[in-house]
Amino acid sequence: MSQPLMVSATIPGPSPAMASRWQYLDNVRRHTGPFTDPDMFDTSEAAVAQIEKMKILVIGAGGLGCEILKNLALSGFKQIHVIDMDTIDVSNLNRQFLFRQSDVGKSKAECAAKFVEKRVKGVSITPHNCKIQDKDEDFYMQFTLVICGLDSIEARRWINSTLVDLVDEENQDSLKPLIDGGTEGFKGQSRVIYPTITSCIECQLDMHAPRAAVPLCTLATIPRQPEHCIEWAHIMAWEQEKPFPKLDNDDPEHITWLYKKALARAQEFNIPGVTYSLTQGVVKNIIPAIASTNAIIAASCCNEAFKIATNTNPSLGAQENYMMYSGNDSIYTYTFKHEKKDDCPVCGNLARGLDVDPNLTLQEFIDSLAARPEAQLKKPSIRAQKTLYMQSPESLRLQTAPNLDKKIGDLVSNGDEIGVTDPSLGRVDFKYKLRFTSDFVSKDKLTTNGDAN
Amino acid sequence: MTEVITDPTPPILHGPSDKEKKYDRQLRLWAASGQQALEDAHILLLNSGSGAVGVETLKNLVLPGIGQFTIADAGVVTEADLGVNFFLDEDSLGNSRAECCVKLLQELNPDVKGHWLPLQETLTVQKVLKNDAKYTLIIYTYPIEETDLDFVQEYSIKHKVPVISVHSSGFYSYFRTYLPGNFPIVDTHPDSTATTDLRLLTPWEELSKFSSELTGDIDNLSAHEHGHLPYLVILLHFLEKWKAEHRSLPSTYKEKTAFRSLVTAGARTDNPEGGEENFDEAAAAVLKTISAPTLSSSVKAVFDYEPNELEAKSNFWIIASAVKQFYEKHKQLPLPGSVPDMKAQSTVYVRLQNIYKKKARQDVAEVLSTVRAHPGGKDVDETEVESFCKNAAFIKLIHGSEANPESIKTLTKSEAENDANAEMTMMPLSLLPIYLSLHATSHMSTASSSDILATIDQVYPDASTTPRYVEISQEVARAKGGELHNISALTGGMVAQEVIKIITKQYIPIDNTCIFDGITSRTQVLRI
Ligand SMILES: [Zn+2]
Repeated sequence: MSQPLMVSATIPGPSPAMASRWQYLDNVRRHTGPFTDPDMFDTSEAAVAQIEKMKILVIGAGGLGCEILKNLALSGFKQIHVIDMDTIDVSNLNRQFLFRQSDVGKSKAECAAKFVEKRVKGVSITPHNCKIQDKDEDFYMQFTLVICGLDSIEARRWINSTLVDLVDEENQDSLKPLIDGGTEGFKGQSRVIYPTITSCIECQLDMHAPRAAVPLCTLATIPRQPEHCIEWAHIMAWEQEKPFPKLDNDDPEHITWLYKKALARAQEFNIPGVTYSLTQGVVKNIIPAIASTNAIIAASCCNEAFKIATNTNPSLGAQENYMMYSGNDSIYTYTFKHEKKDDCPVCGNLARGLDVDPNLTLQEFIDSLAARPEAQLKKPSIRAQKTLYMQSPESLRLQTAPNLDKKIGDLVSNGDEIGVTDPSLGRVDFKYKLRFTSDFVSKDKLTTNGDAN
Repeated sequence: MTEVITDPTPPILHGPSDKEKKYDRQLRLWAASGQQALEDAHILLLNSGSGAVGVETLKNLVLPGIGQFTIADAGVVTEADLGVNFFLDEDSLGNSRAECCVKLLQELNPDVKGHWLPLQETLTVQKVLKNDAKYTLIIYTYPIEETDLDFVQEYSIKHKVPVISVHSSGFYSYFRTYLPGNFPIVDTHPDSTATTDLRLLTPWEELSKFSSELTGDIDNLSAHEHGHLPYLVILLHFLEKWKAEHRSLPSTYKEKTAFRSLVTAGARTDNPEGGEENFDEAAAAVLKTISAPTLSSSVKAVFDYEPNELEAKSNFWIIASAVKQFYEKHKQLPLPGSVPDMKAQSTVYVRLQNIYKKKARQDVAEVLSTVRAHPGGKDVDETEVESFCKNAAFIKLIHGSEANPESIKTLTKSEAENDANAEMTMMPLSLLPIYLSLHATSHMSTASSSDILATIDQVYPDASTTPRYVEISQEVARAKGGELHNISALTGGMVAQEVIKIITKQYIPIDNTCIFDGITSRTQVLRI
């Protein structure tokens, strides 16, 4: 166990007189290292104090957010804001360590802020108990850096497009580095984005492909797995029977109703494996989450934030910008550069080619966009030379709704460019150049020239 | 997709308990059995230095509900502690660091019991470890006195207790796992995309019969029946056809591609969809399922290993030897028994599932009878044999770690050779110099870069003249043994994952050293 490989000496005892609170941070803040960039790194008092003036925004006060707040407070950041609209649930307590049993039901942002402020002297944490979409550009403009610890892809896309839009070439301060973390079980990833300059969250969207949905006909007629029975109860039986006015995923009575329905259906088809826990997992789309993985990913994000803020060492960003972590089988990390895409719907401007069957209806085409890994659009609006379909305002929706039943080939021609947007994701603007995959014979033509026999 | 449950009685209709609610997100990873193992465990942390990484590790173990933990630490809380350790506050100044950390850690989870031991002249590490086997696993942090290391080692060997050493300083860290003896894992949680053996090349009678029953009159099946043939059955049908024509099974890549075309051509296209989903599934599964299963290197390692007398008495090795006999006889592992989801009618799919389940049970029975015939096999639980058979293709053996200074010399050389080609192979540079530099400061955290290089020169004489070694030793000297909270939080997360894997005997632990570089944000695992 011991090896003859150490500088031999006895351990020096602690000398409290010399000790100052930020002694360990100062070892790296006040001393040049072999990898520091001499043009960027400055050991002066003013440079060291810089971090205390920076405002940093943390999005999410959940599993990652709690860790991020703790880490930033112990990295020398003094002005931290945190935004989260959620309240504390009992199932958060296995990892969201700033919360206690007695906090269940309270605002996550407020509880987390109060706890860290109390624990770490001199740090100010401002909570915002609301949605990120409730804040305007001026709010986001005040920060130097943004760190995301979210479980929602939609919220990530929104903040990403908002920060890209904020960039004004005339104003250097408008460029806010975005650091994003995510976890699932023993795995996770962290990434650093310089909006408009390096690959953004939208450029990387296909790295996080949505799980394929089970076809409705499988649920309706040929279930084979317990999940099929649960989805059937969730989507079909609930709609038909409406046992409660509105489904609340967090209401145990509602989950129990779905569980019993799913169980009965499973018994009818001899399918084993429907449990309460599985029902809850499928209905709420639960992703397993543990403290240790959150600790790894949050700390990775904060380590990059600290390096960006202090230049004490090179950070991820310009070159390598993405770290993948897996702890399932030994420990494996892969750190690489994700390239920016010219046809990114947020930070690029080129149209991308899209193969489409012109015989699909507009509705079918819209449904297919939800499943495409690079799009994942649930409520898109579509325009060609004229508007094909708008989700809102309601008047325009009604006006364009008749197009939903029309065939693509009747609305646009092969080679046309269409724009697809989804305001719930911020300014995400897909430009697609359509390539028809089969011939299209218009119904109109069919009726006029139909009698070919 | 979902595991086949052998017990057909429906579960009782009740919601989750309070504990199940609190631990829901982790029970989905390691189940009740893993949770029980955690709750039975008692972790000892021998803390030292700037003292954050061990406490961050414990935070990640207290939250998921480890049974007990003890911190032994000589430290008295200083101002500097408050700048790096979250589980201390202003009131802690001047008090025992062990006591203060335990109190604030314990707040995280009322189900966990914490103990503290303020190390001093009358309470030494030796005394702490003198008692009986009380601890499940020991974590110690650097710097540590050499004599204390010996006591830890002695305890580990005597009580067969795993030990993890952790060193975090500045932007670097590493941790090293010492497993007492060999460490076999059955429940490795392979990736969901890992292939399971469906025995399409060697179908047993019942499966063949079922398949030909469905496909005997394949051309006259109704559109619905044809479009709902399970892809397994489609593949079995066309394999029969292929065999009749070629007198062999498709084995080369070229043959398999040709076979895939044959399958694709079997789909009906005169329908509104212009094809059949189940035939698409069949074609997509050809390359993955139409190959003779080969033993993975990790299963081979288990079969090749000769357990010593004591090990051979353990359930794992008794079952492993029975499974090996099964493999030698049948040239294949016991059937796992699960069937992937595929387009099929419910009744047909359930019948197919049952055929696989039944065969898997027969294989378990055969292995079980070998186990029972073994002198030590009378008390082996049937469920343990079942679980072994189900996971047989993915079992894993991690060898115990013994120090071997010679191997460091070899490793240093081979890593240096890799680095010389790194630009060409596009591989990242080795992190071994980080390990060696940190390790050189094991007992003296404020060593200078020349002290560090002189120490490394003992195993790698070129160190002092290699720029990368010089730079890394300078970076280590820069930190003066002080921890950065982020690096310690990250390292504490990884160490906690390893502790969970070792205690639950689920997933696969590292073998045996993980090095982290917080500058390039990379890890490397090496056996040192
Ligand atoms: Zn982009």
